[in-house]
Amino acid sequence: MSDFPFLLVMIALPAVAAAVVAAVPRGRDLLAKQISLGVSLGVLVLAVLATVAFDTGGDRFQLTTSVSWIAEFGVRFALGVDGIALVMLLLIGVLVPLVIVASWDDLAPGDEGSVPGGRSVRAYFAWLLLLEAMMVGVFAATDIFLFYVFFEAMLVPMYFLIGSFGGPRRQYAAVKFFLYSLVGGLIMLAAVIGLYVVSNSQLGEGTFAFDALRQLDITPGVQKLLFLGFFVAFAIKAPLVPFHTWLPDSGSEAPIGSAVLLVGVLDKVGTFGFLRYCLPLFPEASRYFAPYVLVLAVAGILYAALLAMGQSDMKRLVAYTSISHFGFIALGIFAFTTEAGTGAVLYMVNHGIATGLLFLVVGMLIARGGSRQIGDYGGVGARAPLLSGAFLLAGLASLAMPGTNSFVSEFLVLIGSFPTRPVFTILATVGIILAALYILLMYQRTMHGPPRGPLMVEPDDEPVAAGGGATAVATAPARASLRALDLSRRELAVVTPLVALIIGLGVYPQPLLSLIEPAVAATMSDVGADTGSGGTDR
Amino acid sequence: MIHAPDLSLAALAPLLFVFVAACVGVLVEAFGPREHRHAVQLAVAMVGTLGAFVCTLLLAGTQEITAGGALAVDGAALFLQATIAGLGALALLLFAERALDPARSAFVASAAVPVGSPRDRELATSTQVQTEIYPLATFAIGGMMLFTAANDLLVMFVALEVLSLPLYLISGMSRRRRLLSQEAAVKYFLLGAFASAFFLYGLALVYGATGSVRLADIRSAAVAGGGDVLLLLGLGLLVVGLLFKASVAPFHSWTPDVYQGAPTPVTAFMAACTKVAAFGAILRLLYVAFGTSEWTWRPLIYGVAIVSMIVGAVLGLTQTDLKRMLAYSSIAHAGFLLTGVIGLSVAGGGGSGLAATMFYLLTYGLTTIGAFAVLTLVRDGDGEAGHLSQWAGLASRSPVTAAVMALFLLALAGIPLTAGFTAKFAVFRAAIESGAWPLAVVALLASAVAAFFYLRVIVLMYFSQPAADGPTVGVPGLPTTIVLALTATATLALGIVPGAVLDLADRAAIFVG
Repeated sequence: MSDFPFLLVMIALPAVAAAVVAAVPRGRDLLAKQISLGVSLGVLVLAVLATVAFDTGGDRFQLTTSVSWIAEFGVRFALGVDGIALVMLLLIGVLVPLVIVASWDDLAPGDEGSVPGGRSVRAYFAWLLLLEAMMVGVFAATDIFLFYVFFEAMLVPMYFLIGSFGGPRRQYAAVKFFLYSLVGGLIMLAAVIGLYVVSNSQLGEGTFAFDALRQLDITPGVQKLLFLGFFVAFAIKAPLVPFHTWLPDSGSEAPIGSAVLLVGVLDKVGTFGFLRYCLPLFPEASRYFAPYVLVLAVAGILYAALLAMGQSDMKRLVAYTSISHFGFIALGIFAFTTEAGTGAVLYMVNHGIATGLLFLVVGMLIARGGSRQIGDYGGVGARAPLLSGAFLLAGLASLAMPGTNSFVSEFLVLIGSFPTRPVFTILATVGIILAALYILLMYQRTMHGPPRGPLMVEPDDEPVAAGGGATAVATAPARASLRALDLSRRELAVVTPLVALIIGLGVYPQPLLSLIEPAVAATMSDVGADTGSGGTDR
Repeated sequence: MIHAPDLSLAALAPLLFVFVAACVGVLVEAFGPREHRHAVQLAVAMVGTLGAFVCTLLLAGTQEITAGGALAVDGAALFLQATIAGLGALALLLFAERALDPARSAFVASAAVPVGSPRDRELATSTQVQTEIYPLATFAIGGMMLFTAANDLLVMFVALEVLSLPLYLISGMSRRRRLLSQEAAVKYFLLGAFASAFFLYGLALVYGATGSVRLADIRSAAVAGGGDVLLLLGLGLLVVGLLFKASVAPFHSWTPDVYQGAPTPVTAFMAACTKVAAFGAILRLLYVAFGTSEWTWRPLIYGVAIVSMIVGAVLGLTQTDLKRMLAYSSIAHAGFLLTGVIGLSVAGGGGSGLAATMFYLLTYGLTTIGAFAVLTLVRDGDGEAGHLSQWAGLASRSPVTAAVMALFLLALAGIPLTAGFTAKFAVFRAAIESGAWPLAVVALLASAVAAFFYLRVIVLMYFSQPAADGPTVGVPGLPTTIVLALTATATLALGIVPGAVLDLADRAAIFVG
């Protein structure tokens, strides 16, 4: 069973399907959607089977495949996963089908041709599948060159998803997203080549294989330079605070499905990169820079939370909450304890689920009301109890309420970080209070209170203009419109699995923890951290 | 008694093929019947270039110095000759396109007729096609191939002139916007003559310092003589002459004007083939003649590489005409190529810098010919629609054209899984290996800046509303279709499975002499 090339198939299947979907003849959009959904479910099944085949007590990298790719550069098409990468693959497997279902009717048939750039249903789903292939690749690569290729190539589908299908300022957001990531990536490329040159001088032949590079003995000065090369790329991706300004724009302009993948998965490449590349390859530099990174992390937690409170645009608000959460993840990683690191990885998964749901629910609300402004909504909860309930649960998960999945991970990060970094941890705790504020204020303003905004105006008084892809609010009589406000069956199908995961993982996170912990422990031993050594800020 | 120098005809077969084809072309032009001339000329030129291409492949592995030591037929020369012949054949196919322009050709029917004269207006609407462009271009290709094999500064100078003179002429032969085209030709000629003078002066100084024009002799003299001022001055002037041809900043000022004014197929030809030839000569001069005293040129190349990358990337941002934008892109790419030139391994004669630069030249040539070929498709009533604003919403009008253009632009920007990335990686690796990592970092930042103007075109094509009276996208005839198919396939293939070609470049990275 474990000989089956799971990872290769998980990359190839969506990539091939993307070409097929793009080639589906015009007017057969339903077929394109069905293929996409089928393939993404197939990837989910493969991810689950791969997890079953994964031996938590076994080698660090399992399910490996390795073939020579560009021999002249010493590049191999080498795939393999540790527990950290595996849980990310599971997250991709879960989110992509849900995103596809959520985007099912986003592009109504009448839309095609009305917007430039082949804004067609087929193009949307083809890019989505290609993105899935790249995302699997970036987590599964064990060759740094291959990782870099996926890291950069991943930008192209997301660029087209934002630029072709996004909101009013999509051109600006798409270019900003692309350029930020490209600059980071190019700086990382210099460091990747630098590593290659070091390996060439130490091992006699240049290599990009992660396992070989981990054995290198790099002088501290070089380590610091190379660390910074990787760090900047990942800090832009994650994003940590001074590098974050692209995310609110991209997050708010991206179509909702892409926003979920952008924040839920793509940005995790940054924090994943810290764990997989920065720490094991440059242990001394990591220890040297850790206090500075922690300053950025904690500053991000607090600053982004304050900014989130000030937002009137719901998508922007959710994007800022994510920046705040990424601060927690970075704190957990750079505290250098297995407990905090495990919490950080679990946080990566949980954040994908919780923020994914929050984004999706916000998207459903926006599809009904046609506005992203909090001020345009009020009292929705009374008319759409299911929507309101899902909103509340996603919000509670996002602020790490006990009983939801995020609580476990946030708690692990905080208690894991406290022994080595008490000051930073105490400061970070303030972020939890701010999280409660920004989530609950948004929930309260939109769902409770007196009915307000275009959504709540009685259709008899004034016909409501339905915003892009809205349900039949404008045309149906009042009663039907009231019912139509709540979640449709398709939307329930999107929300239910995520709700189940939020509660399930909140009560019983053990299966994921047992996958994650050995990999994190190995990483932390690479960096040479033990619980007592890092307490410099006491 | 005078001894004729030894000629290894087999080793010179690629050159002979092209030059014979060019001479036959002249005869056909003079005596061939007018109605068949276009087909015959095209056939002769294609046989010449493709024959040369096949010959270089058959000669692979040859390493010899022939023609009395004036020509070096080695791995690098053959690889670059094959590149020039192949890219030249693609450019000739673009010349032969008949379906796009209502007047059947991108070239003026009679170049000597003054612009605006009654005869000119008469000719503007006629479908008469002139054909002297084929022998001219073939001569230029021959000169370029000779340029990369020159083992002697005099031959190098002759080759420089053989390749330049036809280029000056054909860049003035546009059928539309003739004044712009003629202005470009005159500008190119004047500045080109100036650069040739630099080269010649440098040649004289080097001869004065070393007593020889042979590259190998110069090398031994350079080793023995150390920091001879005369030699250094000579080297500097030679390099300036060559950098001009390669359109490296600060010797680039002709590039945007000439690229914009020349007929687009000619621009494609110049952008791809001239660059290969010029870099071939730069590599040979620096590695063979001055390879053992690299301290003489390294700081100079280091400096102009940075200037070129920054000038190309920053000024490219402000362009609103696509041909000018691609011209600045070509200046930036010249800087990236110099990054590879810096990556000469000190010990051996070649090292990964040579192989990387050659691979870069090949991929850049393919991509840039493809990009210019797409430019010839997008037209309005007055010929090609080169202004950026006219490309808005192109993707909804012609998805395939936009997709192909997007591919070329992403390759020029160096996005992974395209040829541009593989090539960039190769030259940056060579530079970092030889310790020039600050240069590589500058190059990476410059690529990020340059990526912005490539992306802007994609944004326009895909994410903008089409203009009401936008340009039409012509349906290309067979020649352009072949060029687009080949270049697009190669751009993808060299990004995804570049192994074989990289290996070839690696094995070809040998200079004799």
